[in-house]
Amino acid sequence: MEVGQMQRAWVEYTRSLFREGFLDAQFQQLQLLQDESNPDFVAEVVSLFFEDSERLLADLTFVLEQQNIDFKKVDAHVHQFKGSSSSIGAQRVKNDCIAFRNFCEEQNIEGCLRCLQQVKQDYYLVKSKLEALIRLEQQIVAAGGSIPMEELSS
Amino acid sequence: MLNLGYCKGSMSTASSGGVSDQFPAGLRVLVVDDDPTCLVILEKMLRICLYEVTKCNRAEIALSLLRENRNGYDIVISDVHMPDMDGFKLLELIGLEMDLPVIMMSADDGKNVVMKGVTHGACDYLIKPIRIEALKNIWQHVVRKKKKNEWKDLEQSGSVEEGGDRQQKQSEDADYSSSANEGSWKNSKRRKDEEEEVDERDDTSTLKKPRVVWSVELHQQFVAAVNQLGIDKAVPKKILELMNVPGLTRENVASHLQKYRLYLRRLSGVSQHQSGMGNSFISTQEATYGSLSSLNGLDLQTLAAASQIPAQSLATLQAAGLGRSTAKPRMPMPIVDQRNLFSFENPKLRFGEGQQQHLNNGKQINLLHGIPTTMEPKQLANMHHSAQSLGSMNMQLNAHGDQSGSLLMQMSQQQSRGQILNEATSSQVPRLPSSIGQPIVNNALASGVLARNGLAESGRGTGFNPVSQSSSTMNFPLNTTAELTATSFALGSAPGVPSLTSKGMFPEEISSEIKGPGGFIMPSYDIFSDLQHHRSHDWELQNAGMTFNGSQQSNSLQSNVDVASSVLAHQGFSSSQSNGQGRNISAVGKPMFSAGDATDHVNAQSLGQPLNNFFAENLVRVKTERVPDASLQTTLFNEQFGQEDLMSALLKQQQQQQAGIGPAENEFDFDGYSLDNIPV
Repeated sequence: MEVGQMQRAWVEYTRSLFREGFLDAQFQQLQLLQDESNPDFVAEVVSLFFEDSERLLADLTFVLEQQNIDFKKVDAHVHQFKGSSSSIGAQRVKNDCIAFRNFCEEQNIEGCLRCLQQVKQDYYLVKSKLEALIRLEQQIVAAGGSIPMEELSS
Repeated sequence: MLNLGYCKGSMSTASSGGVSDQFPAGLRVLVVDDDPTCLVILEKMLRICLYEVTKCNRAEIALSLLRENRNGYDIVISDVHMPDMDGFKLLELIGLEMDLPVIMMSADDGKNVVMKGVTHGACDYLIKPIRIEALKNIWQHVVRKKKKNEWKDLEQSGSVEEGGDRQQKQSEDADYSSSANEGSWKNSKRRKDEEEEVDERDDTSTLKKPRVVWSVELHQQFVAAVNQLGIDKAVPKKILELMNVPGLTRENVASHLQKYRLYLRRLSGVSQHQSGMGNSFISTQEATYGSLSSLNGLDLQTLAAASQIPAQSLATLQAAGLGRSTAKPRMPMPIVDQRNLFSFENPKLRFGEGQQQHLNNGKQINLLHGIPTTMEPKQLANMHHSAQSLGSMNMQLNAHGDQSGSLLMQMSQQQSRGQILNEATSSQVPRLPSSIGQPIVNNALASGVLARNGLAESGRGTGFNPVSQSSSTMNFPLNTTAELTATSFALGSAPGVPSLTSKGMFPEEISSEIKGPGGFIMPSYDIFSDLQHHRSHDWELQNAGMTFNGSQQSNSLQSNVDVASSVLAHQGFSSSQSNGQGRNISAVGKPMFSAGDATDHVNAQSLGQPLNNFFAENLVRVKTERVPDASLQTTLFNEQFGQEDLMSALLKQQQQQQAGIGPAENEFDFDGYSLDNIPV
């Protein structure tokens, strides 16, 4: 695949991610922060997010598996997840977290468990999509091209 | 000892703290957030704003950085919710010790939280996700604070005689006029000072004297002087001489002494307002607000003076105690300030667990709300105990807010105090409840229970004198129930501290998922679905992704799911491409993600089977991922969640798989996963 094709693929793919609500404007902010001095910024941040999220999800699952669920802890974890997912622009995950917190407040175990599944699902979804996107970016750069960020605003 | 954890960024060199020429460029910002993602993003944004950024993922590290280099930072940005220390507490401490502007931030945009920021003196509150535009103007807070301090300095530097009124008014006006969310506590503090001192002020001059803030240190000096002279001989003039504080007048000392005497009288049980001993603590809650805090505040001072508690910890304790009160907008520090000792809000919520650790302490929180029911028996016991031991124990219910006076501080933030205690003597605090038999504890409990005058030791500090410094710190929170609560908070939060390390340890290595070559099945899928002509490219990518590592399992799992759905799409399972795939993913994803549900795995398997066939036609290698669908799922879980249950589920599922796709190996570790193992 030549660079032009890859770049077009990148544009189309990114647009679809925004369109389908996987990512929101915050992700664009991140993309704008990336520059020559820091060409891997988005990849780095996304990596950090994944790492942190895996841990958070593990903690969440653990807490919700207990006999006596500590909803404060659940809420704390979900809040944290909401913060990090919103910072990265993972919109679906963030919205899932908001719903999740409501169930936490109500101490609704069933609701929380469902939310956990939902948030995991959306997290893994956006994770794979982001990985795909970044992989494509790396290929573009490796092929000597540049990421056509400006095309996104059109 | 200090665990610096992850604290990268440019450390600003020690300087006079002056503003550079290209201001606001070069503004030295300290960012504190336990969320690594946010931290990195903020750092980047701040750098783009041309600020000098230091980032920290732990509040304690931030504090130590600030303490080591007081003039090294211009402004602090801190998250509200942090595991090792509450952001508001950090906010208070920074305001107290370094007087730097602090911006709070949180994903929480609830009005209450924002209000807390305001009342605790944050100069701004940002809602996450933070946009760079919000950061561009933070320099204004630095300038504003500087200007305010300049005015204050002018006011206190003695030019009062000439333009005392005017200047004071000016600075106060400046304070009032500047945004409410900025240093408002200073305003309220000043206001309260006036209210309390007005009636006692000796109007020997027509000039409005500068407000005297009876800070912790100042009060300590005062008490030391009084003790030195002997309470009987302590006259304002002599006290003043001993204290040797420039700018302090005899009148200041006189009024302060008057209050102090009242306090002492209460302590020694001469007070007229006496209620029943046994029940005093029950009605304590009513008395709480005024008396309790005041007494405790002063006790704290006394103790500090007597036990030579470092002013710093005392200050911080008091500060913490004053921490979050929404009832009264006053902010911490000066003894004169009185804040609602029993702040009913978050401390209780946040440290509910911590309360359990110590029965008394736990109950104390309830006491805050006037429901000391659970406390009573224990406290009664303590009461008696302490009464016996000390003899002069006097269970007085001090229901007089006016008594508290401006002298005494209210420790409103048990939580923060507890935390401070935790910091100060984390090893000591837990001993508190166990030392029931000791006077200290008794005093603490008793005082806590009995409306805080519980400090019935004959001398002010005598009861505590023998106490070593470490244990004396325990006394601080004990002076009031709130303080006890604080202890409990400390305990509650203690476990939090060590656990922090795991969070605090910023993982240096970055997941190779993104950076590493290969391992991305997904790219192929997504591009595949959208751009079908890239099929050959996709397969290549899939092949590249064959080497799994643990962290990639979820990735590959998702890949499998997505590829599955894409396959399904191609087989006509879904109508529209991306959306349909999304749906399929949901359908497939749900069973895949429910842990330990054998049935679901079976479903996945049945899905997997046609997929396997499909892939068998197209690409053998891809199939290898297909086969262990179920095992992948559980493997995923195994990695991330409890292993035992999933193991059994997996084994069960493995048995079910026998008839299915094929004997998927129990491959929890896909590193050595080879294609040959999978029968085609």
